[in-house]
Amino acid sequence: MDYMNETGRIFDIQRFSVHDGPGIRTIVFLKGCFLRCRWCCNPESQEFAVQNMVVGGKTKVMGEDITVDKVLREVAKDRVYYKRSGGGMTLSGGECFFQPKFMQALLCGAKDIGINTAIETTSFSPYEKIEQALPYIDYYLMDVKHMNSAKHKAFTGVENGLILENASKLARDAKNLVIRVPVIPGFNDTEQEISDIAAFAVSLKTVEELHLLPYHRLGKDKYIGLGRDYLMGDAPLLEQVKIDSLRRTAEKSGLSVIIGG
Amino acid sequence: MDKFYKEPVAKSSRIDKLKDDLFKEMPQVEADRAVILTQSYKNSESEPMIRRRAHAFRDIAENLPITIRDNELIVGSNTICPRSCQAFPEFSYEWLQSEFDTIETRTADPFHISEDTKAKLASCFPYWKGKTSSELAQSYMSPEALTAIDHNIFTPGNYFYNGVGHVTVKYDEVLKCGFDGIALKAKQELKKCSRGDGDYAKRSAFLESVIECMNAASEYAERYSKLALEMAEKCTDETRKKELLQIARNCERVPRHGATSFYEACQSFWFVQMLLQTESSGHSISPGRFDVYMYPYYKNDLDRGIITREFAQELIDCIWIKLNDLNKARDAASAEGFAGYSLFQNLIVGGQDKNGIDSTNDLSFMCITASMHVMLPQPSLSIRVWNGSPYELLAHAANLTKTGIGLPAYYNDEVIIPQLLSRGLTLEDAREYNIIGCVEPQKAGKTEGWHDAAFFNMCRPLELVFSNGYDNGELISIQTGDVTKMTSFDEFYDAYKKQMNYMIELLVNADNAIDMAHAERCPLPFESALVDDCIKRGKALQEGGAIYNFTGPQGFGIANMADSLYAVKKLVFDEKKITMAELKEALDNDFGRNEENPEAVAATVQIVAKLKENGVDVSDDQIGKIYSEVAGKTGGGSRAAQIREMILEVPKFGNDIAEVDSFARDVAYTYTKPLETYKNPRGGQFQAGLYPVSANVPLGAQTGATPDGRYAHTPVADGVSPSAGKDTHGPTAAANSVSRLDHFIASNGTLFNMKFHPSALEGKSGIDSFINLIRGYFDQKGSHMQFNVVSRETLIDAQKHPENYRSLVVRVAGYSALFTTLSKSLQDDIINRTEQHNI
Repeated sequence: MDYMNETGRIFDIQRFSVHDGPGIRTIVFLKGCFLRCRWCCNPESQEFAVQNMVVGGKTKVMGEDITVDKVLREVAKDRVYYKRSGGGMTLSGGECFFQPKFMQALLCGAKDIGINTAIETTSFSPYEKIEQALPYIDYYLMDVKHMNSAKHKAFTGVENGLILENASKLARDAKNLVIRVPVIPGFNDTEQEISDIAAFAVSLKTVEELHLLPYHRLGKDKYIGLGRDYLMGDAPLLEQVKIDSLRRTAEKSGLSVIIGG
Repeated sequence: MDKFYKEPVAKSSRIDKLKDDLFKEMPQVEADRAVILTQSYKNSESEPMIRRRAHAFRDIAENLPITIRDNELIVGSNTICPRSCQAFPEFSYEWLQSEFDTIETRTADPFHISEDTKAKLASCFPYWKGKTSSELAQSYMSPEALTAIDHNIFTPGNYFYNGVGHVTVKYDEVLKCGFDGIALKAKQELKKCSRGDGDYAKRSAFLESVIECMNAASEYAERYSKLALEMAEKCTDETRKKELLQIARNCERVPRHGATSFYEACQSFWFVQMLLQTESSGHSISPGRFDVYMYPYYKNDLDRGIITREFAQELIDCIWIKLNDLNKARDAASAEGFAGYSLFQNLIVGGQDKNGIDSTNDLSFMCITASMHVMLPQPSLSIRVWNGSPYELLAHAANLTKTGIGLPAYYNDEVIIPQLLSRGLTLEDAREYNIIGCVEPQKAGKTEGWHDAAFFNMCRPLELVFSNGYDNGELISIQTGDVTKMTSFDEFYDAYKKQMNYMIELLVNADNAIDMAHAERCPLPFESALVDDCIKRGKALQEGGAIYNFTGPQGFGIANMADSLYAVKKLVFDEKKITMAELKEALDNDFGRNEENPEAVAATVQIVAKLKENGVDVSDDQIGKIYSEVAGKTGGGSRAAQIREMILEVPKFGNDIAEVDSFARDVAYTYTKPLETYKNPRGGQFQAGLYPVSANVPLGAQTGATPDGRYAHTPVADGVSPSAGKDTHGPTAAANSVSRLDHFIASNGTLFNMKFHPSALEGKSGIDSFINLIRGYFDQKGSHMQFNVVSRETLIDAQKHPENYRSLVVRVAGYSALFTTLSKSLQDDIINRTEQHNI
């Protein structure tokens, strides 16, 4: 089991997470991302390089090179709760496909010790890398942020072609594919935009659930801590009425819609 | 089996009316019991104590003023004013006399005392000089124990000044045979005695006292029957008239005879519950497995078609109201330790029966529903959880948790049953356990558990290691040597164990002195009649009449001591970053908390202002950190403050770090293991609990700085929970750490508090995660878990505007209380406990 010694770079491990796949889960945040979403609530996840970030007046080093073995030891601490709740490990980021080898090793290692796996991903990656990992992924939570490629590029730095193409293939190949939409004011918070994404999700045939994740500002301090500008400025939070209305719009597609995942 | 979970029924409008009436007036102290008792004692001076107690009980039952409150279906009150209490001068009275003018205005649990009551009580009190159980207890204690109490090493205050309570009696037997049935048993035992037996005088006096009490209790109920009849005659409202006539019939039959219906069973239960309170001033008189012993009556009525679920629910709700009608005044210091007018009447549902089969029934659900209807702290509702507990029961319980009322508490059969087996209970008895008071398990009707024998502050012996046995210049303990000359951690830890052992011996001495005093001065014939095997043995409960006898003093401060000893090991001995002399000095001057470096203060203020400008929220702890960093840089920062910084960096209990947690397990043994070697005068053994109720705040105030970085006079950790704010890896990590303590040896109970933001329980998935968190903790052999589900903001606002939050119930420790009735410092402590929520 060589992959236990595989090393990768993470910036956090978060336990008792209950919104990122079924049951009680531990999220491992991998560092590095292909996208640069303006609203990203984990800006320290974007660069692969280790960074300094000021948190509560203290400088913290973001990014740690760690072996699969060490990560899994941490993940395994909550095994008893996974067993009770049907939970497990969720890989998030950043983008897990940014470190495909490490990611694959983490997933294999988790399966070896009987831990259920999920990933949160943009799937902006050559499909063969995705395909290799699929046998080890129980829940595939995939972001689809916008159907308009130009707007997608404007707000995330990349076009959406590869992502949508991969989504179609994943619909065929992945177990438990869920489409997630970060609902961002000024980007994709109109009825039409949400409706388009829902229609796309339905067209994939095997998708049953759509998660709408309303924009929040919890990442704002991190931008300051990294010495970066917060590009969302004072963009308002979505009002509950609006969230409800978008949910109803999405539900028209026939999908089961969950707010907050 | 039938599907036992049915939709909860709606609340009757009666319940809100009863509840409103309960809170109309401030609780009062009433004098009637003290006056009757004093006169009775004066009349019986030549007789043995057990008979005097029975006569006094009879006189009280005959003469205590009675009342039936508006809308009541279940009757019986110890006081005329709701939520009030009587005085119990046979246990102690000086504190009450000295608080005559302050008890109404004190912060914790104030009571009104009228001038008339004061005068009546003042005329009784002189008689009691030299006659109380507390005075006798004191005279039995060794001078060293008294010194240790004076210096707040431990406090046996509860039973020192009050009755013991902490019992669950044979409600089932009263429901079945009535008090007449129990009197008959005593009569039969009496017949078996020969006048020539060596113990005849004592045995016969006891048995005759039991008979006298059973009769007096039945007559007391019959007074209610007469009163109800009189009221019915005058009543113009036809509906109420019918109700009163039914009450009259109920009280004529029960508790003298066995109950023939669920309604009678409810009334019979209530008389037992309230009369136990009338006889002694103990708290934690716990109804126990109400769903189990009441079920046959409910089922029978349903089968006969003479009761609806709606009416049964209304009756249960009425009992819940009555449980909040009882009250108890404590001295000001104890009131802080048991804050919230709480009587800790623990009522438990679910769990296994004596054969190991799950006993959950419809009443289990209805009890949870009753707490949702009534939304008051009593009863302290508990749920027994085991691998066979139905999901629906836990889901219904979680919905109650979600209301934020702090109920129910969850208990783990898989730990508690083996715990009790290890203490000598039979398997059948262990499976039928219930909880007393906060978290203390026992077998109902067979146990005198003395479950709340004392609080032992585990931090204080460590202070004595640093001071070589001195406290405030006085030598109060053994001398374990100059701490600065200790050369290994083992030597240091050994000194701690020696200080612990010495103080544990004194704790036992004090408890046993009090135990003896209760047996001699305050045996309780009524209570004794309802616990096996008092009648067979011809002895009161206080004299060793029970089948199972224990003494359970609580140790607290586990988290502080684990973190302290670990920090000493790491920083002083392993890494040698600080010397013991430096640490001692830092502790002596409270980590330099009161030294100020004006330059650093000014700089800190500037930095904090700037951070706030940038929208960064800065906590007090962070301000402290910034200050010490700045102070360090400007060269004027004290070494003491730097030492505290280093300490804070050392890993702490509560973060799922196996090394630290196993260390904590070992530290807990320094209390639990020596303690279990001691015996009490009733022939039973000592067993440790690990929790301080709410005493972690007042007793923390008497504790100097500790090597875990805790400042002097601040609260110590609550229960077996990690120190406030020290668990930073979420609820599963905290639960895993706590589960690494040995919960089996702490057979008097452990208490694990977790605070949840309401959002953590939203939706079905929220409820499920919550249940699975409990299940996961219990799989790892934790024994108890309880939750505060309120937002921090809500609590802070409630502190500022108490008028808007009169009914806000929070989980304090092993019980819930109205938040606004708690002292400011206890409120602060609850706010500061780490708020766990999903991210």
